[in-house]
Amino acid sequence: MLAAAYIIASTLFIISIKLLSKQNYARLGNGLSALAMLIAMVATMMQYTVLNYELVFTAIGLGFLVGLGVARLVKMTAMPQTVGLLNGSGGLASLLVAVAESTRVSASADFQQVVIALTILIGGVTFAGSIVAFLKLARLMPSRPIVAPLHRVINGCLLIASITALLAIEYYPAYQVILLSAGIALILILGISAVMTIGGADMPVVISLLNSYSGIAACLAGFILSNNMIIVGGALVGASGFVLTMIMCKSMNRSLATVLFGAKRVVHQEASTSKKPVAFTPKAINPVDAYYRLEAARTVMIVPGYGMAVAQAQHALSELGDILESNGAEVYFAIHPVAGRMPGHMNVLLAEAGIPYDKFVEPDTANPLMPNIDVCVIVGANDVVNPAARDRKDTPIYGMPIIDADKANTVLIIKRSLATGFAGVDNDLFYKDNTIFLFGDAKMMLTDVILEFRDQLPGA
Amino acid sequence: MDANIALLLFIFVLTLFLGFELISKIPSRLHTPLMSATNAISGIILIGALYLCSQVDVMDNWLTASLVFIALFLAAFNVFGGYIVTDRILKMFKHSQHDKAKNKKGG
Repeated sequence: MLAAAYIIASTLFIISIKLLSKQNYARLGNGLSALAMLIAMVATMMQYTVLNYELVFTAIGLGFLVGLGVARLVKMTAMPQTVGLLNGSGGLASLLVAVAESTRVSASADFQQVVIALTILIGGVTFAGSIVAFLKLARLMPSRPIVAPLHRVINGCLLIASITALLAIEYYPAYQVILLSAGIALILILGISAVMTIGGADMPVVISLLNSYSGIAACLAGFILSNNMIIVGGALVGASGFVLTMIMCKSMNRSLATVLFGAKRVVHQEASTSKKPVAFTPKAINPVDAYYRLEAARTVMIVPGYGMAVAQAQHALSELGDILESNGAEVYFAIHPVAGRMPGHMNVLLAEAGIPYDKFVEPDTANPLMPNIDVCVIVGANDVVNPAARDRKDTPIYGMPIIDADKANTVLIIKRSLATGFAGVDNDLFYKDNTIFLFGDAKMMLTDVILEFRDQLPGA
Repeated sequence: MDANIALLLFIFVLTLFLGFELISKIPSRLHTPLMSATNAISGIILIGALYLCSQVDVMDNWLTASLVFIALFLAAFNVFGGYIVTDRILKMFKHSQHDKAKNKKGG
């Protein structure tokens, strides 16, 4: 009976993940996944009689209410930190199940002791790491990398010390509470220290990796309890999160190891053959000029980046897109996979602003279109449009797949200043002859351009 | 016990490979909902906490019981929050001709 329910639930989980990768069936997939979860819960409660229903229903009810509240009220711009928070709570739940089991079973087998230690390890790193990611994404702490001297050595020591403490429980059962607490404390410090060193633009990798970890933590807890349903669910999440992590790494041309262990990237600024002219004056224009350029354009490619999210400019961008379309232009939104702070961040924001998803194009589709684009508007993106990724072998971003904005006839960059992007590499795009700048806050500048359209073309 | 562990490891390895295969081709615009939905699946640990509730009584062991209580709360938050927020995100994605698009080419 329980086995049958678990098989049905596992099948539904697998189908749901498959459906989640298809636009038209993604909502159905999410629903099926929720149904699978419900089946697994009900079947478990029918098989194992809960001794204290008040406790169970209070806890689940509270979790439901908080989950509902957060999921309903959170702003789309706050989605990266929300996902971080959800990852963290999953990781902590797995850790607590492992701890509860180790306090309950006094003399457990070797295998179980090792798995309990591993669950605490991964669950603890997931939890502490997610909390730091949450704080960084919510801007409650600086998002730049904070690197302690010798942090790799320190992290390695923390890991070894924590495992030692957790595994020592088997040999010194009298000190169980102390060893357990010490092991957990050390692993939490490791989680904090590991994510501290990671900068804002690397967050898409970290968020997807923590997603993977939360699955692995659950999976390990499934081994402690010999529950195949938890193992299947956890392993699916672990694997899918890992694939996503690899996609993110590939999209930013970094290996997982460099994101995790090496926050400092060696940037040889002086050696780099930047195409910066000796006396460079950016071609700055005002919103009226921008209006004339855009009004004349037949094809417009818009490239959003994290700066758009910060300026909350997605609604203004959507409005501009509508105006350009009613003016007869073809409008596309080129979205780089790592633009923003989590996988798919830009898509979520633009969808929220009401832009239909068939206007979104990935770099592979956007790049062949570029030579025919009249104006490419760049809003808050930097490294992902830097041609140095194609041309300059000595830059850290060399080889990273980019959006070839420089191949458009005119490049209009809406930006506050000429500062470099996260990678710290001078953007060669700035010095191209066909590049013009609209300096200022993205939302304000877009609004000004929209107002100009309204004045000049009341019909549009 | 050993045969059982071997069986669980067998399931684990196969599921990992299945998971790798399942999402090889996913449009990047669906990355966020995929992540938040799979995130909710990792709340499956909820049933582990439920199982512990059948083994532990609050009266017998308050420490274990309170650990399990917090675990249940967090897992439920993970599950419900994850699914609801994913649905909210997916509801926002619209095709320019949304009526027609329903059953036509996906992905």
